[in-house]
Amino acid sequence: MRCDFADSLLQGYFDGELSGRRAAEFERHLQHCVHCATELVDLDLLRDRMQLAQLYEPATAALRRSINAPLRAIAPTKAVSRPLVWHWLAAAAALLFVSILLWRVGHGVHGDDYQAELAGEIVDAHVHSLQPGQMNGIASNDERVVEGWLEGRARFAVPVRNFASDGFALKGGRVDVIEGHAVAVLVYDRNRRPINVFIWPTRERDSPPRTGSLQSFQWVDWRKGKMEFCAVSDGSPVDLEQLRQLINSFA
Amino acid sequence: MNDFDTEDRLRFEQLVLPHVDAAFNLARWLLRSRADAEDVAQEALLRSYRFFRGFHGGDARAWLLQIVRNTCYTWLEKNRPMELNMEFDEELHLQTCATPETLAIAGDDRKRLTLALETLPPRFREILVLRELEGCSYKEIAAITAIPIGTVMSSLSRARRQLHSALVDSPQGARP
Repeated sequence: MRCDFADSLLQGYFDGELSGRRAAEFERHLQHCVHCATELVDLDLLRDRMQLAQLYEPATAALRRSINAPLRAIAPTKAVSRPLVWHWLAAAAALLFVSILLWRVGHGVHGDDYQAELAGEIVDAHVHSLQPGQMNGIASNDERVVEGWLEGRARFAVPVRNFASDGFALKGGRVDVIEGHAVAVLVYDRNRRPINVFIWPTRERDSPPRTGSLQSFQWVDWRKGKMEFCAVSDGSPVDLEQLRQLINSFA
Repeated sequence: MNDFDTEDRLRFEQLVLPHVDAAFNLARWLLRSRADAEDVAQEALLRSYRFFRGFHGGDARAWLLQIVRNTCYTWLEKNRPMELNMEFDEELHLQTCATPETLAIAGDDRKRLTLALETLPPRFREILVLRELEGCSYKEIAAITAIPIGTVMSSLSRARRQLHSALVDSPQGARP
């Protein structure tokens, strides 16, 4: 038996996450709800038991050793907002991704592993962009403003369209780094969920959409007119497909 | 290597490396294996180093754990895709618990708790590990797992209930 009314409040109370007012409210409830009182005792017992069991597993000595050496050999990728970044990025790309590049030159096609790796990086970049303070780009719903901003930073022209009348409002753009290459990112808002569209030039022919999901994110990747596009969001794949068609009608 | 790189490396060593234990612990519980956790945590740390200049201050532990978590899920997707779709399965769980092997190794409470935690789906397991072992706030958990705070609360509630029932069902009862 559980008290549904108080279930989530109970967790917040137990974890000390409620405001003073809400905590007081819950304490009043607790005085006459035997379910919540019992569950609170159970939660307490469970926590004590987990602490006693010492489940925390600290890093092994082997892991500590193994991270120190490579750190001295590689340098972190510079944030794109810093000056002179392009020269540095070219060097970093050559250094960090030489194995991937060699593989790509050798095979000339994108295999599943490559696709998975790429999707992984793009989803990482998408997640990273959702963190507060991580949006270093331009916030504007004006196509020309965003296009101009991107033009100065990415080394290729990016088609920017606001599809607000179709329910995909342009929020802005930024430049990100995927596999050592600068890519342009357009940010759209779909029912208050952000969709990031990563865009970069390619020499490959047009391709139909490939889709996938990673963690709780959906992505769709396609090529059109010597550009590759990859749209990512945590919303519905139907939305992504609709946005893909809108973009394709202009690309 | 110029001064700037050295400076960055020192900053990384000061801000991020203190959380190597947290990185390994999360990977170990998500992957249910120390050996795999060593590999994946190493990969995640190198990744975080590569992305470090994109980190503009704030909570370094949450930032690192977010990368660890993503790397773990990518690894699971590639190597054990079935696990990601796993739901808490009462019957499967009872079968697993009832075998003589598990009875034999569930000798102490740490092992019993470990087994019980490992029967939980990864999404519930990680949230318990972050809250109970790592001591993260709801806000930090939301940032690491990219889910809204309200969902953190309801997931914690479900995760705790599942863990509790896994322990009650386990061969030697709820308490040692």
